Amino acid sequence: MAVAAIVVAIAIPLVRWAFLNATWTGTASACRAAPAGACWAFIGHKLSFIIFGLYPAAEHWRPVLATIVLLALIVMTAMPRCWNRRLTVAWAAGLSIAFALMRGVGGLAIVSSQEWGGLPVTIMLTAVGLVLGFPLGVVLALGRRSRCRVPRTIAATIVEVVRGVPLIAVLYLAVLIFPLALPTGIEVDKLLLAQIAVAIFAAAYLAEAVRAGLQMVPRGRMEAALALGLGRWQAMRLVVLPEALRIVVPSFISIAVGFFQDTSLIVIIGLFDLLNTARLAAQDPAWLGFYTEAFVFVGVIYFCGSAALSRYGLWLEWRMAAARRNIQEAR
Amino acid sequence: MSARPGASRARRSLIVQGVTFGVTAAVLWWLAHNMSASLERRGLSLGFGFLTQPANFEIGDTAWLRFSPEQSIGRAILVGLLNTARVSAVGCVLAIAVGFVVGVLRLSHNPALRGVMRAGVEVIRNTPLLLLLLFLSTSLQGLPSASHALRPAPGWFLSDRGLVLPSIAVSGLTTWLAALVVLTLALRKRMGRIGWRVVAVLLAAVGLSMVFRPPSVERAHLVGFNFVGGTTLSPEFAALLAALVLHHAAHISEVVRGAILSVPRGQRDAARALGLSRFQTLRMVTIPLALRAMVPLLATSCVSLIKNSSLAVAIGFPDVVSILNTTGNQTGHNIETMCIMIVVYLSLSLAVAAALNRYNTTLLMLDAQLP
Repeated sequence: MAVAAIVVAIAIPLVRWAFLNATWTGTASACRAAPAGACWAFIGHKLSFIIFGLYPAAEHWRPVLATIVLLALIVMTAMPRCWNRRLTVAWAAGLSIAFALMRGVGGLAIVSSQEWGGLPVTIMLTAVGLVLGFPLGVVLALGRRSRCRVPRTIAATIVEVVRGVPLIAVLYLAVLIFPLALPTGIEVDKLLLAQIAVAIFAAAYLAEAVRAGLQMVPRGRMEAALALGLGRWQAMRLVVLPEALRIVVPSFISIAVGFFQDTSLIVIIGLFDLLNTARLAAQDPAWLGFYTEAFVFVGVIYFCGSAALSRYGLWLEWRMAAARRNIQEAR
Repeated sequence: MSARPGASRARRSLIVQGVTFGVTAAVLWWLAHNMSASLERRGLSLGFGFLTQPANFEIGDTAWLRFSPEQSIGRAILVGLLNTARVSAVGCVLAIAVGFVVGVLRLSHNPALRGVMRAGVEVIRNTPLLLLLLFLSTSLQGLPSASHALRPAPGWFLSDRGLVLPSIAVSGLTTWLAALVVLTLALRKRMGRIGWRVVAVLLAAVGLSMVFRPPSVERAHLVGFNFVGGTTLSPEFAALLAALVLHHAAHISEVVRGAILSVPRGQRDAARALGLSRFQTLRMVTIPLALRAMVPLLATSCVSLIKNSSLAVAIGFPDVVSILNTTGNQTGHNIETMCIMIVVYLSLSLAVAAALNRYNTTLLMLDAQLP
């Protein structure tokens, strides 16, 4: 009873703030006249800035299309049916199309990456970071399991250093130090540097997951493959690695959820992802101070994305458990 | 074709090692070469001599160690390190405490309570920590001014100056005695049977010292536009601490819940059959068993809390990352400050990893002793 009362005591003011007393249309002064409720008119006015950042308004169809391409690729990757070689080709093609749309080729006006922002940037950093980080992570994991000492040491050093420091340190390293280490005269785009940093960070975490998967594959698999006459490398590539990757797909999903949220840290190096555009929208002098509405709005977007991914992870785990049961019954 | 398969394998391994080593060394040399060239072009030289130069900037939030702009950069970094340590230490303790309570409540028999806890955990787990941090920090800025401060409890003031709490001043003698108690507790096993008696004597001494020099509770009061007395937590510190605690408590509650669920049902049923109450079963059977599964994950959570405390940069709390970043930008010694940052965080992560390994070996040894 007491708990139910507390639930009601939390829910009622929340509903009143978000719906009953909220201002849905009008200007900032209309909102300020009704301070007891949320100001959704602010979101309405600032929607295109929050979602697309500084991208030129006339060209908004391009980031929309690029985002759809990326989302289609993500959905495709999520379907176990599509886990084959063609997926790599699809990603390469899709990423080129998305990049061409965002940047502009052919007759399209060129939009430099300094003007990219909002949701497309958040999705791009997450998806491209994980997709580029994945092969690198597999290489690092194989390196750590290698029988030779030199690759093992190098891979272990990279993985442990990257996992041992905060993402902010890796971002600073990429933006402040890495340009110094390039030959004179080469200027690298800041967003690209951030993207590389995110990919390397993702690779270190994915490498640990893959290593765990490799450890879980029974020794007998490797021995059986060797006995069939496969070389060590062939056995790894055709037998052990595919099984290991299947085992660790659920932990990939939780890493992906973490990265979707952690890309928000690029605020600190001054790039415009979804969280930063929302914050800047509330710093506009005309609409100063509607932070709560801005954060609630992007919070809902992050929530939907993360929750959908986690649900998918649960479904995948359930499906794998069901498949395992079927195999056992067939025996 | 070689005569023995072993010889060809050894040769191949040698080639692989040589090639990876060569490629890595070449890449590193190339990067270092470029770096030295660009440093030369900018007229900079490497070295840690800048640490003794005066800092020339203020630090808004200091604890234990006072700081003024004419003091050295090295001291500024130390102040930042202490700030990181302060927010992480308090954060870890609070996050584990809150996470424990929430984790247990999520298994409660009351559906409303379970639902509320689940909703809270889901919201926090599915939104970025930075979002929570910015939200809390802007909310704290929107608080009333000091003269209209909120008073959630007697002696507590919540305003745009931060959270002001009553401070408790304990006499120096009591502090030393309490430290001795902790020391003996830590060394108890080495001291054998006498250990507990020493602890008891020391505790009695602590009690006596508190009778003769009672600890004083000082409540803050408003003078003009500011508070005098008490302990003040700055708005940035309060926001960072609250965000870290909420975010990590949500994660820890999942760990706690999972660990409790992993305890075999038979153990609980047996405890209930022996006549223990539900709470006793939880306290004396389930949690001690679950603790084993939990400890490594709790340690990982604490490490990630310490790493996440670097988000302080986003709201202007002077932690070690934000001070290193400021000095790097001011003096141009970005490479050196980055090295310090990496060494600080890496030594911490490696220390925790080593401690965990030791804990796991101890557990394995204990398991081996069981019949």
